[in-house]
Amino acid sequence: MSRDVFRIAGACGFWGDRNDALADQVRGGPIDAVLLDYLAEVTLSILRVQKLRDPARGYATDFLKALAPVIKEIDERGIQVTTNAGGVNPEGCAQAVLELARAGGLSKLRVGVVTGDDLSGRLKDLRRAGVSLAQLDTGAPFDTIAERVISANAYLGAEPIADALRAGARIVVTGRCTDSALALGPLLAHFGWSKTDWDHRAAGVVAGHLLECGGQASGGNFAAGWESVPNLARLGYPIAEIARDGSCILTKHPTLGGLVTPAVLKEQLIYEIGDPERYVTPDAVADFTSLALEDLGRDRVRVSGARGDPPPDHLKVSIAYQDGWMNQVALTFVWPEAEKRARATADLLLTRAAQRGLRLDAHHVDLIGLSGAHGPMVPPLASDPNEVLLRVAVRSADRDAAEAFGEEIAPLVLCGVPGACSGLLSARPKAHAVVNFWPALVPRNTVEAKLEVLSP
Amino acid sequence: MKTALYNLAHARAGDKGNLCNIGVIARRPEYYPALVQEITAERVKAYFGPWCKGRVERFLLPNLEALNFVLHEALDGGGLASLRLDTQGKAYGFALLRMEIEVSDELVFEKRV
Repeated sequence: MSRDVFRIAGACGFWGDRNDALADQVRGGPIDAVLLDYLAEVTLSILRVQKLRDPARGYATDFLKALAPVIKEIDERGIQVTTNAGGVNPEGCAQAVLELARAGGLSKLRVGVVTGDDLSGRLKDLRRAGVSLAQLDTGAPFDTIAERVISANAYLGAEPIADALRAGARIVVTGRCTDSALALGPLLAHFGWSKTDWDHRAAGVVAGHLLECGGQASGGNFAAGWESVPNLARLGYPIAEIARDGSCILTKHPTLGGLVTPAVLKEQLIYEIGDPERYVTPDAVADFTSLALEDLGRDRVRVSGARGDPPPDHLKVSIAYQDGWMNQVALTFVWPEAEKRARATADLLLTRAAQRGLRLDAHHVDLIGLSGAHGPMVPPLASDPNEVLLRVAVRSADRDAAEAFGEEIAPLVLCGVPGACSGLLSARPKAHAVVNFWPALVPRNTVEAKLEVLSP
Repeated sequence: MKTALYNLAHARAGDKGNLCNIGVIARRPEYYPALVQEITAERVKAYFGPWCKGRVERFLLPNLEALNFVLHEALDGGGLASLRLDTQGKAYGFALLRMEIEVSDELVFEKRV
């Protein structure tokens, strides 16, 4: 008989998050499982480019950095680890984990590998079979980007992760899957919720949504009272104590920093969602309007009432494609009349670009300090500012044009308007490739998850 | 009387491609009806002006005393293509909280801004 409460910790919200959070979650107190989410929408395209250069790469190497210091404790305590760190090379990532296990003499640490999400080689076949791959938000036809695709990955669900754990894997490495699957997988394996138990599955999806962004569910980025959050420098990431009935208590290790209150969880519940009555995953559609939050005090909040519906018969696919080039330049102007001189400099830059015949498809001027982040929503300042940072960003289908634009900022120190400081960006910034995101749908039955469980 | 939304609500924003969603949460349950009445999808669309080229949808979460706004075509092409400073719209929540709304003179709240 399995225990009635299962504790899952979140330890990573994106590739770039704190690598020491995993050790903190493992050592801070009792947990049964820990999840690490590394894949933002376009992370896979970056990994794809890495793998094209070197077939051994293509996964989130930070996972190994996070895992190495605690792999022994994870093994000894039987903690399950689920992660999408596999990127476009889950096998390579799993092999690196096995190498760590062997180096530590952990001969029984088995690693599950979930693949099947990569559709990059199948897009033509899918189009021929009548799948439109039209842009999900705009309806734009796929053929406009067909020749520029870098990566295409379907969002897999929790079943293959649960299967891997049932087959004895301790660490499960996936490519693209829904963030919530990293929590629901261990829950399905532990509680044995059935394939049509939509309410319980939705409850697991909710727990996953609360854990998938790391510190955002335990006091990080907290708009309602960041000043009241203890020790952001050693933020305790969130932990969900999930009961067999699907309700859970969101908390954190008491020895670490952070804050768990209903207001904190509300901010995470509404983060990156659309229709709250239909939070769609391949495992269930969760209704966030059915949830109830109850403050139990001392960084413990009960989340209950999750309702679920069956998932749709399609899966979401994230396609990344090349979309031209971008460059940006910056200069800081000091009092007096910094705005006037910054605007004149923006005009100078664009005039120079026109004189040189640089084909720029778009440009954007920011006056940081006046209205940089949110131009039209911001009223003018009442007094003359002490300084203004001018930023001019450009986009072009032509790499050389974007690159050449970057050459035009440094000369303005001698040829432009006075009162500028140049210490912020490079004197000759390089153009970088724009990789854009194309969400689409594919019929569920065109995607088959594959599972392997490997031993050291 | 008029007050900045910031005094009555907190918010978190995020991105999905070229969409931005802004969750707006009442600081106290008694503020929620005023938020529902005042912050319509039309007003948010007008407030963001040229920065939101598509439609704005509004969803209610009365259980959390929250509203969710989905702004379509609001990120200048999306997180990695945008030329703007706030490429992913992560600070759009604070931008919206600057909006002024009309509330009853009897409503008690802390004037933070």
